[in-house]
Amino acid sequence: MPARSPATCAVRPGDTSTGSLEQALPRTRARNPTDIVDREQLRDDVPDFRPGDTLKVHVRVVEGNRERVQVFQGPVIRRQGTGARETFTVRKVSFGVGVERTFPVHSPILAKIEVVTRGDVRRAKLYYLRGRVGKAAKIREKRAVRP
Amino acid sequence: MATKAIVGEKVGMTQVWDEQHRAVPVTVLRVAPVRVVQVKTPEREGYSALQVTWGVHRANGLNKPEAGHFSAAGVEPGRRLVELRVDDSSGYEVGQELTAEVLSAGDHVDAIAVSKGKGFAGGMKRHNFKGQGAAHGNHKKHRAPGSIGACATPARVFKGTRMAGRLGGQQVTALNLEVVQADPERELVLVKGAVPGPRGGVVVLRDSVKAPTPAGKGAGR
Repeated sequence: MPARSPATCAVRPGDTSTGSLEQALPRTRARNPTDIVDREQLRDDVPDFRPGDTLKVHVRVVEGNRERVQVFQGPVIRRQGTGARETFTVRKVSFGVGVERTFPVHSPILAKIEVVTRGDVRRAKLYYLRGRVGKAAKIREKRAVRP
Repeated sequence: MATKAIVGEKVGMTQVWDEQHRAVPVTVLRVAPVRVVQVKTPEREGYSALQVTWGVHRANGLNKPEAGHFSAAGVEPGRRLVELRVDDSSGYEVGQELTAEVLSAGDHVDAIAVSKGKGFAGGMKRHNFKGQGAAHGNHKKHRAPGSIGACATPARVFKGTRMAGRLGGQQVTALNLEVVQADPERELVLVKGAVPGPRGGVVVLRDSVKAPTPAGKGAGR
């Protein structure tokens, strides 16, 4: 990477440190004022996953007064939102019909989220899968370990 | 009128899960313990109300009338003075502390606050006018209100005709909001739905004066 020209480099005068821009201006995580309520809602058992990964989502289903767990498996085509409002969408083809289900990441109806494979994709929203069937809808698996 | 009331500050909106694992939109209010500064009675003031304050105030930020009012009541000065109208103020006394405990989950309350000021707003934003079409030769009149009256009869515009003007910055009451959670220890109250005003705005909560819609009827779902 070529060195940044002085004009685009936002280092304050007198700043003699040779550190990067990130070090000069520490990134403060934006804090939501409602965090006091949100923090206890967040699950701590959510695995690290991103669009393209194939998940097994274990969903609690209540039938009458019985509760059982249903598995919804497929690739994540979208993950959006932050904090308590974050959701992800899993797509699967069931009996030839595409089914997409959106779950809140921190929803209590999720018994478990299991990552089956890591996908090698180049965009954040995989809507292009909707127009594809069969082999064309396949997502390459990521070979290298993600840093 | 309300049998109980409390004042808080709006923190913001978020969502919580109910026991059926559904997301409930809630407004978070910080309800610090309030101190009664004055009890207004029908005999003396002609109506019953409580004047309360909360939080702390810099001593040198008070003018003499304010400082005198607090010291006469023997109450530590707070951030603001707010009047809570109640049916019967006889059960209260000066110096008494009220907390979020007056509310409990499942109660229905009204939230009274000053809405966000929108400035001079047009008819579409202010009165939900439809505006005009985008096409069919319309030129620079897309958000215009249209006609505001007839011609030679009555030869004037009726009073009260809705037009553009100042919007917001007024006291607004949101009726029949459900209390989702009242936590006196953390000084928090969660109310279902939206509450007028900006974050940090002062919100008066009172138990609802109009009966909530019976379950299964109306928009109560």
